Amino acid sequence: MPTQPDTIAAPETTVGQFPRRRVDDYIVEIVSDSGEGAQKAGQAFGAVCAKMGNGVWTVEIIPAEIQPPARSIGSASGNRIRISSRSVTNMGDRADLVVAFNEQVLYARILQDACREGTVILLESKWAEDSSEVVRDEYARALADLAERGYKVVEIPMERECLKFTENPRRGKNMFVLGMLCHVCGRDLDKAIEEVTTIFKRKGEKVVSSNVALLRAGFEYAQENLGELLIEIPSTGNDKPLVVMNGNQAVGLGIMASGMEMVAMYPITPATSASHYLADAFAKTGGFVHQAEDEIAAVGFACGASYAGNTACTITSGPGLALKTEFLGLAVMAELPLVVVVVQRGGPSTGLPTKVEQGDLLSVLFGTPGDAPKIVLAPSTIEECFHFVVTARKLAEDFRTPVVLLTDANLATGVQPFPRPEVTSEWMANPLDQSPWDESIPPYSWNPDSGISPRPIPGQVGGEYVLTGLNHSEESKVAYDSESNQKGCEMRSRKLAALQKTLRPPAVYGDADGGELLVIGWGSTRGSIEEAIDQARADGLSVSSLHLRFLSPLEPGLEEILGRFSKLLTIEINYSDPVDAPLIDVETRRHAQLARLLRSHLLKDIDCWSNVHGQPLSPTLVREEIRRRLGAKEGN
Amino acid sequence: MFGLDSDWSLDLPPRYHTLDDYEGGVVKWCPGCGDFAVLTAVQRVCRDSQLAPEKTVFVSGIGCSSRFPHYMSTYGFHGLHGRALPVACGVKSRRPDLDVWVATGDGDCCSIGAGHWIHAIRYNMNLVVLLFDNSIYGLTKKQTSPTTPMGVPTNTHPEGGILPPLNPLQATLGFTNASFVAQTVDWNPAHLLATIKVAHAHKGLSFVRIIQRCPAFVPLMFEEQKQNPEHVLYLDHPNGVQVDPAVAKLFPNQMSHDPSNMDEAREIASIPDKIPIGILYQNESLVCYEDYTTKGVGLSAASKVEALENELDRFAV
Repeated sequence: MPTQPDTIAAPETTVGQFPRRRVDDYIVEIVSDSGEGAQKAGQAFGAVCAKMGNGVWTVEIIPAEIQPPARSIGSASGNRIRISSRSVTNMGDRADLVVAFNEQVLYARILQDACREGTVILLESKWAEDSSEVVRDEYARALADLAERGYKVVEIPMERECLKFTENPRRGKNMFVLGMLCHVCGRDLDKAIEEVTTIFKRKGEKVVSSNVALLRAGFEYAQENLGELLIEIPSTGNDKPLVVMNGNQAVGLGIMASGMEMVAMYPITPATSASHYLADAFAKTGGFVHQAEDEIAAVGFACGASYAGNTACTITSGPGLALKTEFLGLAVMAELPLVVVVVQRGGPSTGLPTKVEQGDLLSVLFGTPGDAPKIVLAPSTIEECFHFVVTARKLAEDFRTPVVLLTDANLATGVQPFPRPEVTSEWMANPLDQSPWDESIPPYSWNPDSGISPRPIPGQVGGEYVLTGLNHSEESKVAYDSESNQKGCEMRSRKLAALQKTLRPPAVYGDADGGELLVIGWGSTRGSIEEAIDQARADGLSVSSLHLRFLSPLEPGLEEILGRFSKLLTIEINYSDPVDAPLIDVETRRHAQLARLLRSHLLKDIDCWSNVHGQPLSPTLVREEIRRRLGAKEGN
Repeated sequence: MFGLDSDWSLDLPPRYHTLDDYEGGVVKWCPGCGDFAVLTAVQRVCRDSQLAPEKTVFVSGIGCSSRFPHYMSTYGFHGLHGRALPVACGVKSRRPDLDVWVATGDGDCCSIGAGHWIHAIRYNMNLVVLLFDNSIYGLTKKQTSPTTPMGVPTNTHPEGGILPPLNPLQATLGFTNASFVAQTVDWNPAHLLATIKVAHAHKGLSFVRIIQRCPAFVPLMFEEQKQNPEHVLYLDHPNGVQVDPAVAKLFPNQMSHDPSNMDEAREIASIPDKIPIGILYQNESLVCYEDYTTKGVGLSAASKVEALENELDRFAV
């Protein structure tokens, strides 16, 4: 049984009396009962790591209820922080170190397979002396079990130590933990103090100083007691300016950078935090958040603003998307520019509100009655969450159509540093055009080569027209004849083909010349897939991957690229029938969503591997599947 | 600027709009439909107020009356069933310069769009909302609407409507932040015109219920009230709807009602067997949502970039 996590290499440097082991990749989790502040500590730790120039990816561990019972598996709340000497794009595999405020929340993580043999557990020890015999028993049994599982448990009297500095350790323990972690991972204490000061600034001097005192106490406790655990993680060496944020904040900033001035929303997890951010910041760029009375009103309000010349955005998640569907169809039919951000969660119905799924692709593409072609983009990183919104606003206006951006719970809550965007005023919408409109040009003067037509804006003399969701002529007159309906559908569809002709083929990750297996993905799984491709290729396997950003229209060149590989496999986080399940055969099997799309589009035998565990995919899971597909044996 | 008329610096030719400037396509309502009277009245209000057609937007939902925008030659938005109000609020949110009107029916507003009705009243944006209430579904052919009286047979309730009808005046006067509630009838053009005119002049959301006849499906629904003015209660007040005394004299039942009196307005709305006409309630001092939504309108791209740079600093590593 290893006594140290196996990623820890031989000693390289010495700080003070203890040697620090150099590691290139390290995964920390902080987990507490809901309300004990593990998330705050985790976010601060991630920010400190990013500010020290490391690659960072953080993931929130979220309980489904606001105040679940304490000391329960359902109460686990916190963060996973992956730190690296390289840029990281995913949450990684199992944790190297977990700080747990009680053993029950730790078990929540163990059930999620977050730990491995050798994982270091820093465990609050006060439960050993708890007044309840049940609690003492649970704790004792857990200690024995954890040792049996091969974890390296270090019991720490966190609360007792905190009591030296504060009367209410439940409120300050998280800062003590942050201090410990900073010392263990070789973090700069001054940067941590700066971070803590920023977090509590609004609450006043007293709160700041007591939290800083607890931070120092944790740091010093680790200096005295945790010498064996010390590591260092070199920075990436990147000296370009970076920003660090989560995907929803990136969407919010992207909205501001696109020049849009309104987001209409209704509260829905996991989309709402984008609006929280905007509610705080939007006024600075002249915008506002409209909290509508329901999801339908939100998209309707956005359509009204877009019609009046201010392209607007609505942000939602699966159940809200379902309610917005009729307006999405109207926006397609009436050719209204509109940006719809869908932060996907587990479905169907209310499903898994806080968990990740890529389950809304087909409903976005085909959920609207009739033929409703729209542009659909899927950012694959937090950086893309920012830039794709800017692109989306531009596409929506240039192609006079709704644009849907599919992110997910993983991107929404994941935190990652990325190069600071170089914002220019060219990203912004043009000022409202109020010049006279040439009356001879009808409101839908479709260019037959592209389906595109210029759009009159209220206020333009001579452009007066009535937008309608009914089938209409070029003049926007209600029309029931078969030819005009055929023509309208053709023109709206042609816009997607026109856009496709302006796109570049996607780049193959791995070997562009082809090979045995091509893994195809979309959205937030890119980091895990590409890391797995690196590992598998290092193992000598002939595998590459392709990540699609445009889902509608599909990027060009797919037929040719896919033709270079013998086996094709999509990897997705949505449901597909497992091939070995009862009754499942070639006729009954329901494929994952991108696989269905590509199979119907390209007439190629594209297999899929997917699950709906509600968890981001880990590189190891992907790598294992690649090995299975290629018949690779262990140690190969 | 410098005391000069902006029209001078913009060199815009002065325009006078005639009724023709507001008339749109061929009107396709059934002969005898009450909607014609409303269309005429609205066009006259536009002409009398010299609204610029390009700055005027008619928003509607779905239903017979929601065809209204097609018969105007202003801008229009003929959207989804029940959803005219959120669209109209969205249009107005960043464009206070636009004159925004809503045409909605009893099914559109009081049934499928009822949720938006409550909240549009609360937002109190500067819109004119015309509720064309013929107490029946017309476009889908004679189904019971929320305002269909009990006992009236329809295609969905052949034995007659089984629930008491919803009272849109009572409902609207019960919604928080209601700032203007009036009622008129399609068969009195002078009162209709005068009511729409004061509604348009009101600052905030003006809600006008127009009792309107559907000759195709319920030709007798308001026949008695039309023939016999005894069934109408004329609301009279210096701050109310002003019509020619000759017109006012037609109504034997008159009541002096101060539109600032909400309690009395609610009592009037509850009178069972009479149709009150005039302004039930008006208050221009209530919160208007557009005071919030129009903040920041017209901020330059350069200012936005500068603000965004400051914002990115907050996230800088």
